Amino acid sequence: MNVAEAEGGPQQVFSGRAVAAMRDLFDLRRSGILLPFIALFIALSVTSGPFFSRANLLNIVDQQASTLIPAAAGTLVLVAGGIDLSVGAVYGLAGVTAAHLALLASPALAILVGILVGLGVGLVNGLITTVFRINPLIATLATSYVVTGIASLATGGNIVTDFTHPGFADLARTSFLSVKTSTWLTLVVVVALGFLLARSTVGRYMYAAGGNAQAARLAGVRVYRVRILAFALSGTAAALGGVIDSSRVLSAQSSSGSTLAFTVLAGIVVGGTSILGGTGAVWRSVVGVLFIALIGNGFDLLGLDPLYEQISLGVLLLLAVGLDAWTRLIRQ
Amino acid sequence: MAHEPGRAPHVELREVSKHFGGARALESVSIKIETGSVHAFVGENGAGKSTLGKIISGVVAQDRGEVLLHGTPVRFRSPREALDHGVATIAQELAIVPELSAAENVLLGVEPRAFGLIRHRELRRKYSSVCSAVGFEVPAEAMPSRMRTAEQQKLEILRAIARNAELIVMDEPSAALTREEMQRLHESIRALRDQGRTVVLVSHFLDEVLDLADTISVLRDGRLVRSGPAAPESERTLIEAMLGRSFDGTFPPKEPPPTDSPVVLSVEGLSAFGVSDVSLDVRAGEIVGLAGLVGAGRTELAQAIVGMRRPRSGTVAVGDRRTGRPYPRGMLQLGLAMIPESRKEDGLIPDRSITDNTALSSLASRSRFGVVRPRAERRATATALRQVDVRAGRHDLPVSVLSGGNQQKLLFARTLLCEPAVLIADEPTRGVDVGARRSIYELLITLTRQGLGVLLISSDVEEVLGLSHRVLVMRSGRLVAELDGLTATEHDVLDAAFRDRASIPS
Repeated sequence: MNVAEAEGGPQQVFSGRAVAAMRDLFDLRRSGILLPFIALFIALSVTSGPFFSRANLLNIVDQQASTLIPAAAGTLVLVAGGIDLSVGAVYGLAGVTAAHLALLASPALAILVGILVGLGVGLVNGLITTVFRINPLIATLATSYVVTGIASLATGGNIVTDFTHPGFADLARTSFLSVKTSTWLTLVVVVALGFLLARSTVGRYMYAAGGNAQAARLAGVRVYRVRILAFALSGTAAALGGVIDSSRVLSAQSSSGSTLAFTVLAGIVVGGTSILGGTGAVWRSVVGVLFIALIGNGFDLLGLDPLYEQISLGVLLLLAVGLDAWTRLIRQ
Repeated sequence: MAHEPGRAPHVELREVSKHFGGARALESVSIKIETGSVHAFVGENGAGKSTLGKIISGVVAQDRGEVLLHGTPVRFRSPREALDHGVATIAQELAIVPELSAAENVLLGVEPRAFGLIRHRELRRKYSSVCSAVGFEVPAEAMPSRMRTAEQQKLEILRAIARNAELIVMDEPSAALTREEMQRLHESIRALRDQGRTVVLVSHFLDEVLDLADTISVLRDGRLVRSGPAAPESERTLIEAMLGRSFDGTFPPKEPPPTDSPVVLSVEGLSAFGVSDVSLDVRAGEIVGLAGLVGAGRTELAQAIVGMRRPRSGTVAVGDRRTGRPYPRGMLQLGLAMIPESRKEDGLIPDRSITDNTALSSLASRSRFGVVRPRAERRATATALRQVDVRAGRHDLPVSVLSGGNQQKLLFARTLLCEPAVLIADEPTRGVDVGARRSIYELLITLTRQGLGVLLISSDVEEVLGLSHRVLVMRSGRLVAELDGLTATEHDVLDAAFRDRASIPS
């Protein structure tokens, strides 16, 4: 009797949770992108033979490493009430810095300094948008010009190539358990940032800072500190993306990330994180980025005109933002 | 009044029911609203009075029952359609364009035009005819950004009249108003009635309802308790009808703090924007009321004490720890918490859950290595919410689903979890219903009995006098009087708040 009761308790909780999870999945506002993602995944598996293969799927994820990592961190920035348009510029500068240092010094130093450059830019972004109260959209747009300019100055506008030090390529080109190191790295970063946002006190403070900064401050949240941290993580993540990609192709260029900021932002927003701050999740951005990647992959595999890919991406973005606006409207 | 026998009422509701999801908002409500009367809906939050107003003005549609306008059944699909039938709404949140003048706001969308340009002289003429039709005036060139809320409400009323509204539904029009602004609004409402127009007033201010209404309909749990003339009603009879039970006195009895209880909050020579040279003490177990007219600097003082507003000079001490540079987190750690004047702007994170909002200030003590312990968080917040009597089915729902009174009580729960020594409560009962108001009073008294010091700011003089052991009166950023909470009268407070006004040459 007692045993049965003891076993009955947790089971009931579990089934209750499972029911809630199922309900959430089919609640369009909550699940958002997940359902379309699954549908597209199934559709591609059925229509295209090579799609549902280990090699293709792993390749998609690995190719998206330099988008997924900044998108995960960018989610934190958006949730905390900011926006970071400088990720592409930081990606470029970090790639150039790392390629340079790999040429002159050691691969380890190249990777370390490349990432620290991003941390530095992120801290600057955080400071000017909080302490100096400059609108983050404009502030990070401005820093992106400065950063790209510095990268161009450093390279003289040329591509930096490094085929002489193969050690630097280890970051992107080696494998562990037949999955690329860069993919493992992406997984670790995404899980860590997701955990930080969902479970840590700082993550909660980010939601509060973005949801209502004034109220958060009065409730004892150090809003500035929280936002600076988000920007610092975003810069660091963008730099890591740049370093990974320059290790992959063993070359780097100051302008190589010129469209990255928008790709990252598109992925975050399509995933369902609000551009207005206060709501969102890292897993959403991962699904959003991969959804966009699947569309691209599907167009390739099915031999469709890539021009339509851009059009469908644009429409998708509008739908995502529209859904966010609509849910806010009906909640009132 | 303008009630002529034999004529159909302006609006008649017959057996109207409305459900939201599974929750019953209205159940078979029948009410007649006579032309040219002020008809008030009263009830606790959630009683259905707002929903009833929204059905009349076309914001929501009833599930069952009929709405008759001048004896003809109507079914408005939008407020726009209701307006075409002469029914307008003045919502709590006003829709005024700050960059346009009063006249332009009132005639927005119906401006006299020629070749795509606005004919300004014609606009002015039309505006003054609207003003004279309604019996009150706002200068045509006045800019809304410099207006008080009551003036902006007048613009909304004028706007409705400019579109030939015969019936105006006002949902809590005085919730954001000061006492004097409220009086001006009341004059506007009387002017409308004297013009033969009908006003439906949804309000939880019973004195306002008794003052203005010709007819009062009392709702409880979505049902009509009674609908009848206002004359025989009193605050007591209305409250009893709303609560369904008798109401024993408005304020609980006072217990003075022990004479040797220590000072928990001490402010010395504090000056900031809107505050000059204020010194005050609050002892443990004591409620100190802070009274004064709007604009006297009470909220500014509260904000300076917690550091939401940077003090120019002076110091604040909580217990024996004194600081000249307060900031909210620091003060919270010293043991000073504040419940802000505006729940929406300074209190709640609307998208986050009830649990999250409650735990926000004390998250660090429910986490390990920077990671929140969800079970500890849920348990602590549930206990605190029970303690302040917040009734909510599920705590993982967004905080915005709670009623105003429950949201306010949630903010109390949030501060309780920080175990403060002093609490500043700025207008803690603004916009909450009678039942919640009473439980907030009881909560304040229970907490002070346990040794909390409270600085209570309220525009409701009765509330300040009913709860406080000592009353401080502010005027133009300064403390001008200290009164004994047991003996002071409303007259004493107002006298101190207004004194010298007439004698100082302006």
